[in-house]
Amino acid sequence: MVAIIDYGVGNLFSLKSSLDAIGVKAAVTGNPEEIENAEKIILPGVGAFGDAAEKLRQTGLDRIIKEEARSQKPILGICLGMQLLFEKSYEYGEHEGLGLIKGEIRPIADVIPKGLKIPHIGWNALNLIRPENKLFKYINKGDFVYFVHSYYGADCSESIIATAEYGSELTAAVADGNVFGCQFHPEKSGRVGLNILRAFCETEG
Amino acid sequence: MITKRIIPCLDVKDGRVVKGVNFLGLNDVSSPVRLAEYYSESGADELVFYDITASAEGRALFTDILSEVAKKIFIPLTVGGGINSVDDFDRVLKCGADKVSVNSGAIKNPNIIYEAAKLYGNQCVVISADVKRVDGVFRVFSTGGRTNTGMEAIEWIKHCVDMGAGEVVVNSIDTDGVKQGFDLEMLDAVTNAVNVPVIASGGAGCIEDFKKLFTALPKVDAGLAASIFHFGEVKIPELKSELKKADIPVRI
Repeated sequence: MVAIIDYGVGNLFSLKSSLDAIGVKAAVTGNPEEIENAEKIILPGVGAFGDAAEKLRQTGLDRIIKEEARSQKPILGICLGMQLLFEKSYEYGEHEGLGLIKGEIRPIADVIPKGLKIPHIGWNALNLIRPENKLFKYINKGDFVYFVHSYYGADCSESIIATAEYGSELTAAVADGNVFGCQFHPEKSGRVGLNILRAFCETEG
Repeated sequence: MITKRIIPCLDVKDGRVVKGVNFLGLNDVSSPVRLAEYYSESGADELVFYDITASAEGRALFTDILSEVAKKIFIPLTVGGGINSVDDFDRVLKCGADKVSVNSGAIKNPNIIYEAAKLYGNQCVVISADVKRVDGVFRVFSTGGRTNTGMEAIEWIKHCVDMGAGEVVVNSIDTDGVKQGFDLEMLDAVTNAVNVPVIASGGAGCIEDFKKLFTALPKVDAGLAASIFHFGEVKIPELKSELKKADIPVRI
């Protein structure tokens, strides 16, 4: 069973439906026991980093996620959920993240040419830096995925596994052992996205 | 590189797709789920569902079919029609919509943009404007293009973006249904005024019209159409491969 962590941030309908579609049993839950008993964890999220990090702390889920990560359980952060895995974010101030991925979250405005629209929204091609990563088992270089974000993962060269070109090479996916993150939305990326979720669900802790 | 989006728009009334749908090989042509699957398989980058229902019962049917679609289709879904309050946003987002498009509702109460953007993020709020030239000036029309609000369109769209709209759909009433191409002059004016994605709507009649749109106006992000896709006059796989040949970035 996969636990989709519900901490009051974002709409989890599509994510749950996409796991249903690939035949993976999943529960949308904020219950610590259920999360501890799950084989895998997905951390979703939309909205602002500070609010989301605060909600994780208030509910004590931050501690549980870190413990589960240490016990080698596969964890996938999606969009803001990926960003929360990082050490720190500079979105409206300075906020501490879960620290499971080395690096920081910074505005894409810092690295893309002026005149390009922000957020980076739409379908973009994946440039696979580590095509051998488990997450990419069923996809190919140049496959398209759907992005919506204004901040990106910086200083994470050790864990970067894919980028997308938007005036600059932006972090599209990261991995460090059993911890994975996608800046894009696999649950909105058609077949390619479902194949990424499938590959994640097949990883062993 | 980010690709140009091709977006079919489906009008839904009382839970069924209406307005000229004529597909070969589809038995239940008015089934929103079947149509959405068809479009998703043929490479549509996003789908827009427009609720033209008047009654509360019809609205309930709409949300039912929206969740049916969202259970099966894993590309972005935008919903418009009858969005007058933050509660309406909530209702369709809970059923699996990713973005909500607001038109007359924002004209009646512009605050809805700010409130919804604060709650759900700018990326979730789409301002859709029906625009027509009146004595050489772009004016915003409401109630499905019937009423001239008197507002100057570019100023209105800019205002909506300042209030938090993360995307703009420009429907040119002047070119809508004429099938002689998108309203390049109007779209040019809008893309020069705002720095959020702009979706062109109204006037597409053939593949060439999309090519002209993205070549003449590289700042336009997406092309939206309804009947030409529904009637198969333009097939999305063919459209995309032609755009690719013309060096326009598309997802294939």
